[in-house]
Amino acid sequence: MRRGSEFNLSIDHVDIYAGEVVAIVGPNGAGKSTLLLALSKLLEPKAGSISLRGQSIEQIADLEYRRQIALVLQEPLLLDTSVYNNIAAGLRFRGISKSEINQRIDEWLIRLNISHLKDRPASQLSGGQAQRVSLSRAMVLKPTLLLLDEPFSALDTPTRMALMQDLRNLLSETATTTIFITHDQEQAMFLGDRVAVLLDGKISQIDSPQTVFSSPIDTAVANFLGVENVLPGFVVDSKDGNMSIDVKGRQLEAIGNVVSGKEVLFCVRPEDIILWKTTDIPKSSARNHLAGQITSIANQGPLLQITLDCGFPLVVLITRASGQELDIESGMEVSATFKASVVHLIPR
Amino acid sequence: MEVIWEGIKEAFLLIISGDPEIWAITWLTLKVSGTATAISLVIGLPLGTWLALRRFSGRGCLFSFINTGMAFPPVVIGLWVSIFLWRSGPLGNLGLIYTPAAMVIAQTIIATPIVIGLTIAALQQLNPYLRLQLLGLGASRLQVTFALWREARLPLLAALMAGFGSVISEVGASMMVGGNIKDQTRVLTTAIVLETSRGQFAIAVALGFILLFIAYLVNYFLTSFQQKGTQHREVQ
Repeated sequence: MRRGSEFNLSIDHVDIYAGEVVAIVGPNGAGKSTLLLALSKLLEPKAGSISLRGQSIEQIADLEYRRQIALVLQEPLLLDTSVYNNIAAGLRFRGISKSEINQRIDEWLIRLNISHLKDRPASQLSGGQAQRVSLSRAMVLKPTLLLLDEPFSALDTPTRMALMQDLRNLLSETATTTIFITHDQEQAMFLGDRVAVLLDGKISQIDSPQTVFSSPIDTAVANFLGVENVLPGFVVDSKDGNMSIDVKGRQLEAIGNVVSGKEVLFCVRPEDIILWKTTDIPKSSARNHLAGQITSIANQGPLLQITLDCGFPLVVLITRASGQELDIESGMEVSATFKASVVHLIPR
Repeated sequence: MEVIWEGIKEAFLLIISGDPEIWAITWLTLKVSGTATAISLVIGLPLGTWLALRRFSGRGCLFSFINTGMAFPPVVIGLWVSIFLWRSGPLGNLGLIYTPAAMVIAQTIIATPIVIGLTIAALQQLNPYLRLQLLGLGASRLQVTFALWREARLPLLAALMAGFGSVISEVGASMMVGGNIKDQTRVLTTAIVLETSRGQFAIAVALGFILLFIAYLVNYFLTSFQQKGTQHREVQ
C-alpha cells in the first residue's frame, strides 16, 4: 500500500478470526493508520486483497462494505449536536427505524454508563465522556468488524483505565471482531487476544500477548517492545531443554532447544532481573548470577532504570522504594540474578 | 441633519401610506436579489463543497481566482453582462437587456464567487478526519456532504448573508443591465441614484432607510436561524 508518495505497508498474509480482538502495535509511521484505512476501504491497496468472511472486499460495493464495519478514529470527532443524535448518526445513515434507534441507543448508553448524558450537547463533554460516546456510536451499529484507532491516546490514566476495562468487558460480551491500533504495549496486552507487531510496514510477529512480549522474534521487535537486554552469544551446551549460553565469556542459562554451537541473541527484560547489594546471594531458583558495577541510574517515575557493567551492559528496572532500601548509587558493586525461564533466545 | 430627519419622516410616510411605486420598487429589489442569491447558493454551495474536499493540481490557483472574484467590481460585471446581452451581442437575440432577468444574471455572477469562496473556507475549517469518520460509520457520499454542511452551518449561513448583502446593495451592475426603467427595472439602489441626481435628497434618504431596513430584516431572520441552538457553545 502507498499513502502519499511513500510505500509504507506490505503485509504477506494475516487471518483475523471471528470474535477475536487483535491489537496492532507499532511506532509512529509504521503504517498502523494506513492499515486501518485500507480495512475501512478508504484506501485502496496497490496489490493483494482483503477478504471479509471469505469474500474479497473488492467484490463488495464500498457503501455496503462500510455498513458492515464501524470505524472509531483517534479523536472522538463528535457532531455538533446532542449525545443522542451522535449515537444515532450511523443508524440513521442506514435508515434504521426510529423505534429501533431508540432501543439500541438506550441499551448502549447503559452499557457505557452514559445514560445521564443522553440529551447533553457533545461540545460539553469531557474527553472520557466523548470517547465513550464515540465508542457507543460504533458499537450500536453491531458491526461485523470494529476498527479502533488509538481510542485512548488523549485520555488521562484513570479515565483510560476505566474505559479500557469497560471496553474489554463489552468486546467479550458481544464477541465483536475487533482490530485495535495502538502504540501502547500495555493497552495491547490488556485488550488483545493476539498482538501483531507492525514495524516499517510489515507485521514482524503476531501471537498471544504473552508470547510476543516474552519471546520477541527478532531484535527489531525486541527493541520496540522494550527488551533492552539483547546480548549476542552462542549455545555452548543444550540438553533436555536446559541450555548453557556463552555471552561475552560469561556462562548463562536458558530454557529451550537451540542446538549447540548456534549463535543466538540472549534477551532478558529489565524488570525480570533482581538486584542484590551483596555478592553473597542466598540460594534460590535463579540460575543466572552476574556481578557488576552500577554505571548509571535514571528516574522513570515510580521506577529506577539502572545500568550495570557486567563485562557487558545490563539494564535493570527496580522500584524507587527498592532503590532506597538498597542505597543504590552510581559506582556501587552489586549482583544481578534472573531465572533461566525468563530468558528468550533469538537464533541469528 | 435636516435632510436626514426629513428622510426619516419621508420614509415613514412612504411606508405607512403604501405608496405603490415604493412598494413596487421594494418588491422588485427583493425578487431580483433574492433570486440571484438563491441561484448563487444552488451553484456555489455544491461547487464550493466539491472544491473544498477534492485534491487536484492547480487547486491553489483556482482558489485565488475565486477569491479574486469575491472582490470583482459590480460595475465591471455589469459591463460584461451588457456586452453579452446587448442587441448586437452574442446573446442579444434573447432580448434580456434592460429586464429584471438581466439584473438577476449580473447579480448571480456577483454573488456566486462569494458563496463559493466562503463555502470553501467554512468546510476547510472542519476537522479533515471528520469526513473519514462519517464514511467509517457507513455514511454515503451524499450523507457525508449533508452532515458536513450541518457541521459548518454557522459559516455557511454567513456565506449566504454575505452573498445576499453583496447584491442587494450593489448599483453598478443593476444600472448597466437594467437601465433603471420605471415600473420595470427600477430597484432601491438605482432609485436612490436617480433621486439624488434630481436633488430629491429626502426621498433618496427615505429609500436608503428602506433598503437598510430590508437588509437588516433579512439578515435578522438568517442570523436568528444561524444562532439558534448555539447557547451550548458558550463557555460555561
